[in-house]
Amino acid sequence: MKIDSRETLNTMGKTWKEGFAKETARILVCAGTGCVANGSLQVYEALKAEVQRRNAYVSVEMLLEEGQSGTTIVKSGCHGFCEMGPLVRLEPGGILYIKVSKDDATDIVTALLEGKGPVERLLYKHPVTGEIYAEESNIPFYKHQTRTVLQHCGVIDPEDIREYIAEGGYQALAKVLHEMSPADVCQEVIDSGLRGRGGGGFPTGRKWEATRISEGEKKYVVCNGDEGDPGAFMDRSVMEGDPHKVLEGMAIAGYAVGADEGYIYVRAEYPLAVQRLETAIKQALEMGLLGENILGTGFNFRIKIKEGAGAFVCGEETALLASIEGERGMPRPKPPFPAQSGLWGKPTLINNVETFANVPKVINDGAKVFRKSGTAKSPGTKTFALTGQVANTGLIEVPMGITLRDIVYEIGGGLRNGKRFKAVQIGGPSGGCLTEQHMDMELDFDSLLSVGAMIGSGGLVVTNEDTCMVEFARYFMSFTQNESCGKCVPCREGTKRMLEMLQRAVDGEGRPEDVEILEDLAEAVKDGSLCGLGKTAPNPVLSMLKYFKDEYVAHVVDKRCPAGVCKALLGYSIDPESCKGCSKCSRVCPVGAITGEIKKPYRIDSEKCIKCGACVSSCPFKAIKEG
Amino acid sequence: MMTVTANSVFIDNQPVELNGEVNLLTLVRKVGVELPTFCYHSELSIYGACRMCVVEIEGRGIVAACSTPPTPGMRILTNSPRVQRVRRTVLELLLANHERECTTCEKNGNCKLQDLANRFGVRKIRFGERDMKLPIDDSSASIVRDPNKCILCGDCVRMCSEVQGIGILNFANRGSKVQVTPAFNKKMAEVECVNCGQCSAVCPTGALVVKSQVNQAWKALADPSKVVVAQVAPAVRVALGEEFGMEAGQIVTGKVVGALKRLGFDKVFDTCIAADLTIMEETTELIERLEKGIEGPLFTSCCPAWVKYAEHNGSNLLKNLSTCRSPQQMFGSLVKRYWAKELGKEPKDIYVISIMPCTAKKFEAARPEFTVDGVPDVDLVLTTQELSQMIRESGLDFAAVDPDSFDMPFGFTTGAGVIFGASGGVAEAALRAAYEMVTGEVLEQVNFESIRGFAGLKEATVNLNGKEVKVAVVHGLGNAKELLNKLNSGEAKYDFVEVMACPGGCISGAGQPQAVDMNTKKARARGIYHADKLSQLRKSQDNPVVAKFYEKWLQRPNSHEAHETLHTSYSTRARITGEDIELLNSDREHKVDLAVCLGTCCYTKGSYDTLQEFIRQAERNGIKEQLNLHATFCLEGCENSPSVRVNDQIYGGITAERVGTFIQEKVLPELERNKE
Repeated sequence: MKIDSRETLNTMGKTWKEGFAKETARILVCAGTGCVANGSLQVYEALKAEVQRRNAYVSVEMLLEEGQSGTTIVKSGCHGFCEMGPLVRLEPGGILYIKVSKDDATDIVTALLEGKGPVERLLYKHPVTGEIYAEESNIPFYKHQTRTVLQHCGVIDPEDIREYIAEGGYQALAKVLHEMSPADVCQEVIDSGLRGRGGGGFPTGRKWEATRISEGEKKYVVCNGDEGDPGAFMDRSVMEGDPHKVLEGMAIAGYAVGADEGYIYVRAEYPLAVQRLETAIKQALEMGLLGENILGTGFNFRIKIKEGAGAFVCGEETALLASIEGERGMPRPKPPFPAQSGLWGKPTLINNVETFANVPKVINDGAKVFRKSGTAKSPGTKTFALTGQVANTGLIEVPMGITLRDIVYEIGGGLRNGKRFKAVQIGGPSGGCLTEQHMDMELDFDSLLSVGAMIGSGGLVVTNEDTCMVEFARYFMSFTQNESCGKCVPCREGTKRMLEMLQRAVDGEGRPEDVEILEDLAEAVKDGSLCGLGKTAPNPVLSMLKYFKDEYVAHVVDKRCPAGVCKALLGYSIDPESCKGCSKCSRVCPVGAITGEIKKPYRIDSEKCIKCGACVSSCPFKAIKEG
Repeated sequence: MMTVTANSVFIDNQPVELNGEVNLLTLVRKVGVELPTFCYHSELSIYGACRMCVVEIEGRGIVAACSTPPTPGMRILTNSPRVQRVRRTVLELLLANHERECTTCEKNGNCKLQDLANRFGVRKIRFGERDMKLPIDDSSASIVRDPNKCILCGDCVRMCSEVQGIGILNFANRGSKVQVTPAFNKKMAEVECVNCGQCSAVCPTGALVVKSQVNQAWKALADPSKVVVAQVAPAVRVALGEEFGMEAGQIVTGKVVGALKRLGFDKVFDTCIAADLTIMEETTELIERLEKGIEGPLFTSCCPAWVKYAEHNGSNLLKNLSTCRSPQQMFGSLVKRYWAKELGKEPKDIYVISIMPCTAKKFEAARPEFTVDGVPDVDLVLTTQELSQMIRESGLDFAAVDPDSFDMPFGFTTGAGVIFGASGGVAEAALRAAYEMVTGEVLEQVNFESIRGFAGLKEATVNLNGKEVKVAVVHGLGNAKELLNKLNSGEAKYDFVEVMACPGGCISGAGQPQAVDMNTKKARARGIYHADKLSQLRKSQDNPVVAKFYEKWLQRPNSHEAHETLHTSYSTRARITGEDIELLNSDREHKVDLAVCLGTCCYTKGSYDTLQEFIRQAERNGIKEQLNLHATFCLEGCENSPSVRVNDQIYGGITAERVGTFIQEKVLPELERNKE
């Protein structure tokens, strides 16, 4: 099937939409990486077998080509609520089942086909209120989100281009090719205020315009899918769940800047994303929505996939371009900017996955509508990977300008186990902390920068009172030190020395003078580094020193870990008031550090103590204190 | 005070007019502020990694001056507190991770890191010592690489790949474990390094240094049984003075000779006379080729780095490489073969020490083909820098040394021999000779200006008896590589091509006093051409002593004698061979050596099966005990693989199916023959 004109696109879109409307029911089994790892493919097979057994099954082919009706069962992209997976969604109704196993297939299908109402045990139950939610969109985790980039994720089959087209896919591409000049497209993107979702927040339209006016016969569009922040998986979900949206965004960009070739640089650690993208590119080529003479307009655009070899620094655009060229992924100084001299020295537009995924919406709805969500300077939505000590974790999409409180308490459902909130690390190893004082600040690119954090690629880690912020900073520093490309001195050597100091602190070997040296070094690395990786690497340290300096001082001066995390700094003592002298602790102590007389308070010899904690759990009177 | 215009920037609040400067670094340096750098070299690409040249721009913060173009209105601070902090931190971080054995370092006193630490008054380092000790690579004949002193500025990496077009060095690993190393952590001697030493010439620290052989020189000089003879290359005489505070390009020939004699050399000779001899041989070779109409240009072979490059990179190139030995080796050969006899000495009693601008000469002197009966033609090669070290060590006041003249017979030279020291010199000297040899007329205008200077590719066309002879001169192996590509594609056509590996020729050799700036190199070249101009005789063919050598020893150019003494042959280094893997080792008296090639071509054609089949069949035939069976790497029989070698004979196309017949036809008869 070749879609060679805008009319065909419209006709086919309409035909397929009507075709899909013949479904009496649709079972969507999440086939995102998380759910697949939890066994969702077996769930899919079981559900399909069950529906077929009841002769209710209809394939998409029968539905679209033969006009039959029945129940379809498809694999969808990621819903973002991965810790509840495997997830199954039912249409109509938008019912969400969580933690589904293949043994639930009969119950699910029976309830669905016999109209019995949802299987209650598979519905989401609020951990605090106990309330049960049937509809996905009503679950608090989703209710406070605004899903536009992720609108199709979990709802359509990402491996079937017809679903995307039926949902209005490739209409934005058709619109720019038929109604807009490349300059118009760039202007529309400028007007939308869309900013780079890869972390830096550079105005996307300005990048497009710079590439458009850059002279050169050959230009490239590159999609940065090298998502490397620990715990972040926004781009992966988009590529897995709605790959055509990314392709459409790239093709629009290609038209706008004058490029006929695009690359998607995606981590090799995302095999499913690679496979979905490959399928999507193949289907788009077959339909003529990529390739030569797209929609009969004479516009040519091809997309290749380049798998990254696992270096975090390749998320930096110049390093990424070097990597595509087959060179060692090391950043180079800017200027020249990629828009002037990028891939193989040609003008190159490079944007992040989520940025491209925003483009079809900008074009379809227009800049004005796009600006309606988000803040004046950061319009639109942003996806985040919410993790850490909150009740609900997963992938979320929220309008820019939302408060941290809404994210943590509404979407995240508050802290787990009634613990106290301490901070949120935002932006991963390049970001910083937000604390109680920032709870009601409107989050966007600029407000975050002003408090020493950044959106980064969108990791949000919630910590509680049991988190040691020094250890937390040490973890991120060890990550950046390992991932530094080693090119410039401040990043290569500076992160090594910062890590050394943080390691000393958590090992109980910190030196009082480290406090000043660490801060001075962090500022120098931030100022002096060549690329974004080095310039932002000190952020976790600086923000730790800004908001939790007393914790660091406690480590290096008092040799104490207030959160009780750093083993080397833990000390145990027996409260003589509570101790009944039962001798249990001295009997479990593996090194004989506890002595005393029966029925009199016991004592711990801190020289001998190896801080294993065995005594604490053995004490029936809770007389042994840590810290 | 300068006036402010629309084209002004402000450097430390002073207005400065822009004049097409490409980066802030050159602009700031122009107004007399010496921004420090490790990784900036005007002839290499902008790298922006050392972060020493940072400046603060109002509204933009800290940027590296090397990679930031100036824009009108910019307000630049070169010494703000933020700038100071970054620079000092960078220096401190580098020093902390650097093996600081400065007092015993080869680069002591000539090290950029040391200089800048001193300039910025770094007296205390707040960070711990270097925590790893990597092995030192001294496998190369010319270069010693100590990764513990490397500051990872990448200068060597870019020099080797961008200027020399080779790229044996690159970065490996990540984070603080990054290293500069040859591929797969191989040693320098195991890769395609041509020993040009340009990496060491740009290295700001002691991470890449020229291998010092000063001690061996002192030992030879102290040995009463040796006649110690020096030969001094042309480029040395215009550079050595720099080490003693003289101007670059100043001709110090007499002082060099005087100093060498005071150091205890028995005879001091001039390599230029061997250069004259080279011209006689090479020009004759060129004329013969022109007469016979042999395809392809004749390439010069004076430069040992270029010769090794050719051996690595083109077996089809080697047939066009002049068979002439380099002047250094012609000299050594003449001295040991003939002059020793005249002196009534054995070759082993003469100890030849070359004073060269070059590091590759160390490798060349050690090539096995230049050793006769265990005695090398050239015993030791010292660089200009090593000689300066010896002079300093001896306490001689070089500036006050009385000039002396070269000893005879190897002391009489022409201007043609001297200009070998600059790029284009060999070709120019050859043209001076070729013209007269072919036309029989006297060449009045001896200067071939078009092939002098520093342009990457220089050309001249000379009419020799009606034939237009096209000459090309390239220097820097990157330029050579480009030219070779053009020759291969047919885009360019020449009759004679001079190649020097170092940019600018021998005057910029890695053994010369360290000079990365163009002005010094240009001054040295001027010195060379000035020396030529001052010479009484300016054509090699006019050298009466050379004529005498032919008369006495060599008959005529390209004679049999001349070939034996002055020429050589080449072999491909296209493959870097791995060691054989021994599979069967026979201790029998009668045995056969059998090797199966496991190189890429043979392997893909099934040589591994062949190998296994040999083991099976040997057992079946009961000859397993009589076989020395090896798996080996390339036997150069790729077009008819799999290749097998029986004793010294190589056979092709030995697939596993053919092994049985092969044993019957070749291996068993060989065993029988051995028994006989």
